[in-house]
Amino acid sequence: MEEKTQDLLKTSPEQILYAKILEKGMYLGLLILFITFGLYAFGILDPYIPLNKISEYWSYNVNDYLHHAEIKAGWAWLGMVKYGDFINFIGISLLAGVTIFCYVAIIPTLLKNKDIVYAIIAILEVIILGAAASGILAVGH
Amino acid sequence: MRIKDKLWAMIFIGLFSLTVWVSPAFAEASVEAAAGGHAWWFWPIVLFFVTFIMGILAVLGGVGGGVLYVPIISGFFPFHLDFVRGTGLLVALSGALAAGPGLLKMNLASLRLAIPVALIASTCAIVGAMIGLALPTNIVQIALGATILGICILMLTAKKSTLPDVPKADRLSSALRICGVYQEASTGEIIDWKVHRTPLGLALFVLIGVMAGMFGLGAGWANVPVLNLLMGAPLKISVATSKFLLSITDTSAAWIYMNKGCVIPMMVVPSLVGIMFGSFVGVRLLKIAKPTFIRWMVIGILAFAGIKALSKGLGF
Repeated sequence: MEEKTQDLLKTSPEQILYAKILEKGMYLGLLILFITFGLYAFGILDPYIPLNKISEYWSYNVNDYLHHAEIKAGWAWLGMVKYGDFINFIGISLLAGVTIFCYVAIIPTLLKNKDIVYAIIAILEVIILGAAASGILAVGH
Repeated sequence: MRIKDKLWAMIFIGLFSLTVWVSPAFAEASVEAAAGGHAWWFWPIVLFFVTFIMGILAVLGGVGGGVLYVPIISGFFPFHLDFVRGTGLLVALSGALAAGPGLLKMNLASLRLAIPVALIASTCAIVGAMIGLALPTNIVQIALGATILGICILMLTAKKSTLPDVPKADRLSSALRICGVYQEASTGEIIDWKVHRTPLGLALFVLIGVMAGMFGLGAGWANVPVLNLLMGAPLKISVATSKFLLSITDTSAAWIYMNKGCVIPMMVVPSLVGIMFGSFVGVRLLKIAKPTFIRWMVIGILAFAGIKALSKGLGF
Protein backbone atom coordinates (compact mmCIF):
# COMPACT_ATOMS: atom_id res chain seq x y z
CA MET A 1 0.00 0.00 0.00
CA GLU A 2 2.80 2.40 1.05
CA GLU A 3 4.74 1.48 -2.10
CA LYS A 4 1.68 2.10 -4.28
CA THR A 5 1.16 5.55 -2.73
CA GLN A 6 4.80 6.43 -3.31
CA ASP A 7 4.44 5.35 -6.94
CA LEU A 8 1.39 7.57 -7.37
CA LEU A 9 3.24 10.52 -5.88
CA LYS A 10 6.06 10.20 -8.39
CA THR A 11 6.24 12.82 -11.11
CA SER A 12 5.73 11.30 -14.57
CA PRO A 13 8.84 10.85 -16.76
CA GLU A 14 7.53 13.20 -19.48
CA GLN A 15 6.85 15.88 -16.85
CA ILE A 16 10.40 15.54 -15.47
CA LEU A 17 11.85 15.71 -18.97
CA TYR A 18 9.76 18.78 -19.81
CA ALA A 19 10.85 20.49 -16.56
CA LYS A 20 14.55 19.79 -17.17
CA ILE A 21 14.52 21.22 -20.69
CA LEU A 22 12.47 24.21 -19.58
CA GLU A 23 14.91 24.91 -16.76
CA LYS A 24 18.01 24.68 -18.95
CA GLY A 25 16.45 26.79 -21.69
CA MET A 26 15.34 29.41 -19.19
CA TYR A 27 18.79 29.73 -17.58
CA LEU A 28 20.55 29.80 -20.92
CA GLY A 29 18.12 32.37 -22.33
CA LEU A 30 18.45 34.66 -19.32
CA LEU A 31 22.25 34.33 -19.29
CA ILE A 32 22.51 35.20 -22.97
CA LEU A 33 20.06 38.07 -22.53
CA PHE A 34 22.01 39.61 -19.64
CA ILE A 35 25.35 39.28 -21.44
CA THR A 36 24.05 40.75 -24.69
CA PHE A 37 22.28 43.57 -22.85
CA GLY A 38 25.57 44.37 -21.12
CA LEU A 39 27.28 44.58 -24.53
CA TYR A 40 24.50 46.90 -25.67
CA ALA A 41 24.05 49.17 -22.66
CA PHE A 42 27.77 49.65 -21.98
CA GLY A 43 28.41 50.53 -25.61
CA ILE A 44 30.68 47.54 -26.30
CA LEU A 45 28.64 46.77 -29.41
CA ASP A 46 27.29 49.69 -31.43
CA PRO A 47 23.50 49.71 -31.56
CA TYR A 48 21.47 50.09 -34.75
CA ILE A 49 19.40 52.80 -33.08
CA PRO A 50 21.79 55.09 -31.15
CA LEU A 51 21.04 55.06 -27.42
CA ASN A 52 20.36 58.79 -27.33
CA LYS A 53 17.74 58.36 -30.06
CA ILE A 54 15.87 55.39 -28.62
CA SER A 55 13.39 57.54 -26.67
CA GLU A 56 12.27 59.11 -29.94
CA TYR A 57 10.98 55.78 -31.15
CA TRP A 58 9.21 54.03 -28.29
CA SER A 59 6.26 56.41 -28.23
CA TYR A 60 5.41 55.61 -31.86
CA ASN A 61 3.07 52.77 -32.68
CA VAL A 62 4.89 49.74 -34.02
CA ASN A 63 4.25 50.50 -37.69
CA ASP A 64 5.62 54.03 -37.40
CA TYR A 65 8.55 52.76 -35.34
CA LEU A 66 9.49 50.23 -38.02
CA HIS A 67 9.03 52.83 -40.74
CA HIS A 68 11.02 55.62 -39.07
CA ALA A 69 13.78 53.34 -37.82
CA GLU A 70 13.87 51.48 -41.16
CA ILE A 71 13.59 48.11 -39.49
CA LYS A 72 11.99 45.06 -41.06
CA ALA A 73 9.68 42.98 -38.87
CA GLY A 74 9.86 39.20 -38.33
CA TRP A 75 13.11 37.31 -38.40
CA ALA A 76 14.95 40.13 -40.20
CA TRP A 77 16.75 40.77 -36.90
CA LEU A 78 18.93 37.74 -37.66
CA GLY A 79 20.67 39.83 -40.28
CA MET A 80 21.24 42.62 -37.74
CA VAL A 81 22.77 40.70 -34.80
CA LYS A 82 26.01 42.57 -35.27
CA TYR A 83 24.25 45.53 -33.62
CA GLY A 84 24.09 45.84 -29.83
CA ASP A 85 20.31 46.21 -29.72
CA PHE A 86 19.47 43.36 -32.08
CA ILE A 87 21.87 40.86 -30.51
CA ASN A 88 19.48 40.86 -27.53
CA PHE A 89 16.91 39.04 -29.65
CA ILE A 90 18.99 35.85 -29.38
CA GLY A 91 18.20 35.51 -25.67
CA ILE A 92 14.63 36.75 -26.07
CA SER A 93 13.97 34.21 -28.84
CA LEU A 94 15.42 31.42 -26.77
CA LEU A 95 13.14 32.32 -23.85
CA ALA A 96 10.15 32.47 -26.18
CA GLY A 97 11.12 29.28 -27.99
CA VAL A 98 12.14 26.89 -25.22
CA THR A 99 8.57 25.64 -24.80
CA ILE A 100 8.59 24.31 -28.37
CA PHE A 101 11.69 22.21 -27.58
CA CYS A 102 10.00 20.90 -24.42
CA TYR A 103 6.98 19.71 -26.40
CA VAL A 104 9.11 18.12 -29.12
CA ALA A 105 11.10 16.27 -26.45
CA ILE A 106 8.08 14.69 -24.73
CA ILE A 107 6.36 13.43 -27.89
CA PRO A 108 8.46 10.20 -28.11
CA THR A 109 7.78 9.43 -24.42
CA LEU A 110 4.05 9.95 -24.92
CA LEU A 111 4.07 7.69 -28.00
CA LYS A 112 6.12 5.05 -26.17
CA ASN A 113 3.51 5.05 -23.38
CA LYS A 114 0.76 4.73 -26.01
CA ASP A 115 -0.67 8.03 -24.82
CA ILE A 116 -1.83 8.77 -28.35
CA VAL A 117 -4.29 11.58 -27.59
CA TYR A 118 -1.68 13.56 -25.65
CA ALA A 119 0.94 12.88 -28.31
CA ILE A 120 -1.43 14.31 -30.94
CA ILE A 121 -2.18 17.34 -28.75
CA ALA A 122 1.57 17.86 -28.23
CA ILE A 123 2.20 17.65 -31.99
CA LEU A 124 -0.61 20.17 -32.62
CA GLU A 125 0.91 22.49 -30.00
CA VAL A 126 4.30 22.30 -31.72
CA ILE A 127 2.63 23.18 -35.04
CA ILE A 128 0.76 26.11 -33.49
CA LEU A 129 3.75 27.52 -31.62
CA GLY A 130 5.92 26.91 -34.69
CA ALA A 131 3.46 28.85 -36.85
CA ALA A 132 3.46 31.73 -34.35
CA ALA A 133 7.25 31.72 -34.17
CA SER A 134 7.72 31.48 -37.93
CA GLY A 135 6.16 34.88 -38.53
CA ILE A 136 3.65 33.60 -41.09
CA LEU A 137 0.81 34.92 -38.94
CA ALA A 138 1.40 38.57 -39.77
CA VAL A 139 -0.97 41.34 -38.70
CA GLY A 140 -1.06 45.10 -38.72
CA HIS A 141 -2.96 48.16 -37.59
CA MET B 1 -9.66 43.12 6.83
CA ARG B 2 -9.46 45.60 9.72
CA ILE B 3 -10.69 49.16 9.24
CA LYS B 4 -7.23 50.49 10.09
CA ASP B 5 -5.69 48.44 7.27
CA LYS B 6 -8.33 49.61 4.85
CA LEU B 7 -7.62 53.21 5.81
CA TRP B 8 -3.89 52.76 5.29
CA ALA B 9 -4.53 51.12 1.93
CA MET B 10 -6.81 53.97 0.87
CA ILE B 11 -4.31 56.61 2.03
CA PHE B 12 -1.52 54.91 0.10
CA ILE B 13 -3.64 54.55 -3.03
CA GLY B 14 -4.80 58.13 -2.70
CA LEU B 15 -1.27 59.47 -2.44
CA PHE B 16 -0.11 57.27 -5.31
CA SER B 17 -3.01 58.41 -7.46
CA LEU B 18 -2.58 62.05 -6.54
CA THR B 19 1.12 62.01 -7.35
CA VAL B 20 0.58 60.54 -10.75
CA TRP B 21 -2.76 61.95 -11.76
CA VAL B 22 -2.47 65.55 -10.63
CA SER B 23 1.16 66.08 -11.46
CA PRO B 24 1.37 67.32 -15.04
CA ALA B 25 5.03 66.33 -14.94
CA PHE B 26 4.12 62.73 -15.61
CA ALA B 27 2.00 63.44 -18.63
CA GLU B 28 4.41 66.03 -19.99
CA ALA B 29 7.34 63.76 -19.33
CA SER B 30 6.08 61.51 -22.09
CA VAL B 31 6.22 64.31 -24.61
CA GLU B 32 9.53 65.63 -23.27
CA ALA B 33 11.08 62.21 -23.33
CA ALA B 34 9.94 61.64 -26.87
CA ALA B 35 11.46 64.95 -27.78
CA GLY B 36 14.68 64.07 -26.03
CA GLY B 37 13.94 65.89 -22.74
CA HIS B 38 15.73 63.21 -20.69
CA ALA B 39 18.95 61.32 -21.10
CA TRP B 40 18.36 57.93 -22.79
CA TRP B 41 18.88 56.04 -19.54
CA PHE B 42 16.22 57.98 -17.60
CA TRP B 43 13.17 55.92 -18.56
CA PRO B 44 14.90 52.51 -18.44
CA ILE B 45 16.07 53.31 -14.88
CA VAL B 46 12.61 54.53 -13.83
CA LEU B 47 11.20 51.41 -15.49
CA PHE B 48 13.59 49.24 -13.49
CA PHE B 49 12.58 50.81 -10.16
CA VAL B 50 8.86 50.73 -10.91
CA THR B 51 9.01 47.08 -12.05
CA PHE B 52 11.07 46.28 -8.94
CA ILE B 53 8.24 47.61 -6.76
CA MET B 54 5.76 45.82 -9.01
CA GLY B 55 7.64 42.55 -8.48
CA ILE B 56 7.34 42.98 -4.69
CA LEU B 57 3.64 43.86 -4.89
CA ALA B 58 2.92 41.00 -7.30
CA VAL B 59 4.30 38.42 -4.86
CA LEU B 60 2.68 39.97 -1.80
CA GLY B 61 -0.62 40.59 -3.57
CA GLY B 62 -0.74 37.13 -5.13
CA VAL B 63 -0.99 38.35 -8.72
CA GLY B 64 1.19 37.90 -11.78
CA GLY B 65 3.62 40.58 -12.94
CA GLY B 66 1.96 40.91 -16.36
CA VAL B 67 -1.39 42.03 -15.02
CA LEU B 68 0.26 44.91 -13.14
CA TYR B 69 2.79 45.71 -15.84
CA VAL B 70 0.60 46.49 -18.84
CA PRO B 71 -1.94 48.88 -17.30
CA ILE B 72 0.59 50.73 -15.15
CA ILE B 73 3.36 51.08 -17.72
CA SER B 74 0.99 51.91 -20.57
CA GLY B 75 -0.81 54.43 -18.39
CA PHE B 76 2.10 56.33 -16.91
CA PHE B 77 5.11 55.86 -19.18
CA PRO B 78 5.86 57.33 -22.60
CA PHE B 79 5.99 53.90 -24.27
CA HIS B 80 3.38 53.03 -26.88
CA LEU B 81 0.88 50.32 -25.93
CA ASP B 82 2.23 48.04 -28.70
CA PHE B 83 5.63 47.81 -26.99
CA VAL B 84 4.14 47.62 -23.51
CA ARG B 85 2.03 44.61 -24.48
CA GLY B 86 4.99 42.88 -26.15
CA THR B 87 7.15 43.50 -23.08
CA GLY B 88 4.31 42.58 -20.71
CA LEU B 89 4.04 39.17 -22.32
CA LEU B 90 7.79 38.62 -22.01
CA VAL B 91 7.65 39.70 -18.35
CA ALA B 92 4.83 37.24 -17.63
CA LEU B 93 6.57 34.57 -19.70
CA SER B 94 9.86 34.94 -17.82
CA GLY B 95 8.08 34.64 -14.47
CA ALA B 96 6.36 31.48 -15.67
CA LEU B 97 9.61 30.04 -17.06
CA ALA B 98 11.39 30.70 -13.79
CA ALA B 99 8.69 29.05 -11.68
CA GLY B 100 7.60 26.31 -14.11
CA PRO B 101 10.43 23.76 -13.78
CA GLY B 102 10.27 23.67 -9.98
CA LEU B 103 6.49 23.39 -9.93
CA LEU B 104 6.57 20.56 -12.47
CA LYS B 105 9.27 18.66 -10.60
CA MET B 106 7.35 18.99 -7.33
CA ASN B 107 4.30 17.58 -9.14
CA LEU B 108 2.26 20.63 -8.16
CA ALA B 109 1.89 21.84 -11.74
CA SER B 110 0.16 19.09 -13.67
CA LEU B 111 1.33 18.56 -17.24
CA ARG B 112 -1.74 16.35 -17.86
CA LEU B 113 -4.06 19.16 -16.88
CA ALA B 114 -2.01 21.82 -18.66
CA ILE B 115 -1.52 20.19 -22.07
CA PRO B 116 -5.15 20.22 -23.33
CA VAL B 117 -5.85 23.58 -21.71
CA ALA B 118 -2.66 25.07 -23.18
CA LEU B 119 -3.57 23.98 -26.70
CA ILE B 120 -6.79 25.99 -26.55
CA ALA B 121 -5.37 28.95 -24.62
CA SER B 122 -2.24 29.33 -26.76
CA THR B 123 -4.18 29.07 -30.03
CA CYS B 124 -6.63 31.69 -28.82
CA ALA B 125 -3.80 33.88 -27.49
CA ILE B 126 -2.48 34.03 -31.06
CA VAL B 127 -5.92 35.11 -32.25
CA GLY B 128 -6.10 37.64 -29.40
CA ALA B 129 -2.66 39.05 -30.26
CA MET B 130 -3.67 39.39 -33.91
CA ILE B 131 -6.92 41.14 -32.97
CA GLY B 132 -5.09 43.40 -30.50
CA LEU B 133 -2.53 44.43 -33.10
CA ALA B 134 -5.13 44.97 -35.80
CA LEU B 135 -7.45 47.17 -33.74
CA PRO B 136 -6.86 50.91 -33.29
CA THR B 137 -4.86 51.66 -30.12
CA ASN B 138 -7.63 53.66 -28.43
CA ILE B 139 -10.07 50.77 -28.77
CA VAL B 140 -7.54 48.37 -27.23
CA GLN B 141 -6.88 50.89 -24.48
CA ILE B 142 -10.60 51.19 -23.66
CA ALA B 143 -11.01 47.41 -23.68
CA LEU B 144 -7.89 47.09 -21.51
CA GLY B 145 -9.29 49.57 -18.99
CA ALA B 146 -12.60 47.73 -18.85
CA THR B 147 -10.82 44.38 -18.46
CA ILE B 148 -8.62 45.68 -15.66
CA LEU B 149 -11.66 46.99 -13.79
CA GLY B 150 -13.29 43.58 -14.34
CA ILE B 151 -10.19 41.91 -12.87
CA CYS B 152 -10.50 44.16 -9.80
CA ILE B 153 -14.10 43.01 -9.31
CA LEU B 154 -13.00 39.40 -9.81
CA MET B 155 -10.24 39.84 -7.21
CA LEU B 156 -12.71 41.38 -4.77
CA THR B 157 -15.44 38.80 -5.19
CA ALA B 158 -13.88 35.48 -6.24
CA LYS B 159 -13.53 32.94 -3.49
CA LYS B 160 -10.97 30.19 -3.38
CA SER B 161 -11.43 26.61 -2.40
CA THR B 162 -8.43 24.75 -1.04
CA LEU B 163 -9.89 21.35 -1.83
CA PRO B 164 -13.03 21.65 -3.97
CA ASP B 165 -15.54 18.84 -3.78
CA VAL B 166 -15.53 16.90 -7.05
CA PRO B 167 -18.00 14.03 -6.61
CA LYS B 168 -17.29 12.51 -10.00
CA ALA B 169 -14.88 13.26 -12.82
CA ASP B 170 -16.64 14.12 -16.07
CA ARG B 171 -16.34 11.92 -19.16
CA LEU B 172 -13.83 14.12 -20.97
CA SER B 173 -11.44 14.42 -18.03
CA SER B 174 -11.76 10.66 -17.41
CA ALA B 175 -10.92 9.93 -21.04
CA LEU B 176 -7.93 12.29 -20.88
CA ARG B 177 -6.97 10.89 -17.44
CA ILE B 178 -6.71 14.39 -15.96
CA CYS B 179 -6.16 13.52 -12.33
CA GLY B 180 -3.29 13.23 -9.91
CA VAL B 181 -1.97 12.73 -6.42
CA TYR B 182 0.13 15.10 -4.36
CA GLN B 183 1.26 15.36 -0.78
CA GLU B 184 0.23 18.43 1.20
CA ALA B 185 3.53 19.54 2.74
CA SER B 186 1.98 21.26 5.76
CA THR B 187 -0.04 18.24 6.92
CA GLY B 188 1.57 15.29 5.15
CA GLU B 189 -1.86 14.37 3.81
CA ILE B 190 -2.04 12.57 0.46
CA ILE B 191 -4.50 14.39 -1.80
CA ASP B 192 -6.08 12.47 -4.64
CA TRP B 193 -7.57 14.97 -7.09
CA LYS B 194 -9.69 14.90 -10.22
CA VAL B 195 -11.62 17.53 -12.18
CA HIS B 196 -15.11 18.02 -13.50
CA ARG B 197 -16.94 20.41 -15.89
CA THR B 198 -13.98 20.05 -18.26
CA PRO B 199 -15.83 21.06 -21.50
CA LEU B 200 -17.03 24.32 -19.91
CA GLY B 201 -13.59 24.96 -18.43
CA LEU B 202 -11.92 24.45 -21.81
CA ALA B 203 -14.49 26.74 -23.43
CA LEU B 204 -13.60 29.50 -20.97
CA PHE B 205 -9.94 29.15 -21.89
CA VAL B 206 -10.91 30.35 -25.37
CA LEU B 207 -11.82 33.69 -23.81
CA ILE B 208 -8.84 33.69 -21.44
CA GLY B 209 -6.44 33.03 -24.32
CA VAL B 210 -7.90 35.80 -26.46
CA MET B 211 -7.66 38.31 -23.60
CA ALA B 212 -4.12 37.27 -22.69
CA GLY B 213 -2.96 37.75 -26.27
CA MET B 214 -4.93 40.90 -26.91
CA PHE B 215 -3.73 42.81 -23.85
CA GLY B 216 -0.42 41.08 -23.10
CA LEU B 217 -1.60 40.60 -19.53
CA GLY B 218 -0.63 37.06 -18.65
CA ALA B 219 -3.74 35.26 -17.45
CA GLY B 220 -3.17 33.92 -13.95
CA TRP B 221 -6.04 36.10 -12.69
CA ALA B 222 -8.45 34.07 -14.84
CA ASN B 223 -6.70 30.68 -14.96
CA VAL B 224 -6.88 30.08 -11.23
CA PRO B 225 -10.63 30.70 -10.74
CA VAL B 226 -11.47 28.48 -13.73
CA LEU B 227 -9.17 25.63 -12.71
CA ASN B 228 -10.03 25.85 -9.03
CA LEU B 229 -13.63 27.00 -8.71
CA LEU B 230 -15.09 25.68 -11.95
CA MET B 231 -13.08 22.54 -12.74
CA GLY B 232 -12.45 21.66 -9.11
CA ALA B 233 -8.66 21.25 -9.10
CA PRO B 234 -7.16 21.80 -5.62
CA LEU B 235 -5.98 25.38 -5.05
CA LYS B 236 -2.28 24.48 -4.98
CA ILE B 237 -2.56 22.49 -8.21
CA SER B 238 -4.57 25.32 -9.81
CA VAL B 239 -2.09 28.04 -8.85
CA ALA B 240 0.94 25.99 -9.90
CA THR B 241 -0.61 24.75 -13.15
CA SER B 242 -1.80 28.26 -13.96
CA LYS B 243 1.71 29.66 -13.49
CA PHE B 244 3.18 26.93 -15.69
CA LEU B 245 0.40 27.38 -18.25
CA LEU B 246 1.46 30.99 -18.77
CA SER B 247 4.78 29.74 -20.13
CA ILE B 248 2.85 28.19 -23.04
CA THR B 249 0.01 30.71 -23.52
CA ASP B 250 2.29 33.73 -23.39
CA THR B 251 4.87 32.09 -25.64
CA SER B 252 2.45 31.91 -28.56
CA ALA B 253 1.27 35.52 -28.17
CA ALA B 254 4.81 36.78 -27.49
CA TRP B 255 5.95 35.42 -30.87
CA ILE B 256 3.20 37.37 -32.65
CA TYR B 257 4.29 40.59 -30.93
CA MET B 258 7.97 39.85 -31.53
CA ASN B 259 7.49 39.12 -35.20
CA LYS B 260 5.48 42.29 -35.55
CA GLY B 261 8.40 44.29 -34.10
CA CYS B 262 6.82 45.14 -30.73
CA VAL B 263 9.90 44.31 -28.69
CA ILE B 264 12.47 46.93 -27.72
CA PRO B 265 15.33 45.40 -25.69
CA MET B 266 15.85 48.65 -23.77
CA MET B 267 12.35 48.15 -22.34
CA VAL B 268 12.45 44.38 -21.96
CA VAL B 269 15.63 43.86 -19.96
CA PRO B 270 15.12 46.54 -17.26
CA SER B 271 11.55 45.27 -16.85
CA LEU B 272 12.61 41.64 -16.54
CA VAL B 273 15.41 42.38 -14.09
CA GLY B 274 13.21 44.74 -12.07
CA ILE B 275 10.36 42.25 -11.74
CA MET B 276 12.74 39.39 -10.92
CA PHE B 277 14.61 41.29 -8.20
CA GLY B 278 11.32 42.62 -6.87
CA SER B 279 9.95 39.07 -6.69
CA PHE B 280 13.01 37.89 -4.74
CA VAL B 281 12.53 40.71 -2.23
CA GLY B 282 8.77 40.11 -2.18
CA VAL B 283 9.25 36.48 -1.21
CA ARG B 284 11.41 37.57 1.73
CA LEU B 285 8.91 40.23 2.78
CA LEU B 286 6.09 37.72 2.63
CA LYS B 287 6.84 36.60 6.20
CA ILE B 288 6.35 40.05 7.71
CA ALA B 289 3.94 41.74 5.30
CA LYS B 290 0.20 41.92 5.78
CA PRO B 291 -1.11 40.13 2.70
CA THR B 292 -4.67 41.44 3.05
CA PHE B 293 -3.49 45.04 3.17
CA ILE B 294 -1.19 44.48 0.17
CA ARG B 295 -4.00 42.81 -1.74
CA TRP B 296 -6.26 45.81 -1.15
CA MET B 297 -3.45 48.06 -2.28
CA VAL B 298 -2.88 46.04 -5.46
CA ILE B 299 -6.62 46.12 -6.23
CA GLY B 300 -6.61 49.89 -5.67
CA ILE B 301 -3.59 50.46 -7.92
CA LEU B 302 -5.10 48.20 -10.59
CA ALA B 303 -8.42 50.06 -10.41
CA PHE B 304 -6.63 53.36 -10.78
CA ALA B 305 -4.59 52.06 -13.73
CA GLY B 306 -7.79 50.67 -15.28
CA ILE B 307 -9.51 54.07 -15.03
CA LYS B 308 -6.41 55.72 -16.44
CA ALA B 309 -6.40 53.29 -19.41
CA LEU B 310 -10.10 53.97 -19.99
CA SER B 311 -9.65 57.72 -19.89
CA LYS B 312 -6.61 57.51 -22.18
CA GLY B 313 -8.57 55.40 -24.66
CA LEU B 314 -11.51 57.78 -24.54
CA GLY B 315 -9.16 60.70 -25.05
CA PHE B 316 -9.82 62.52 -21.75
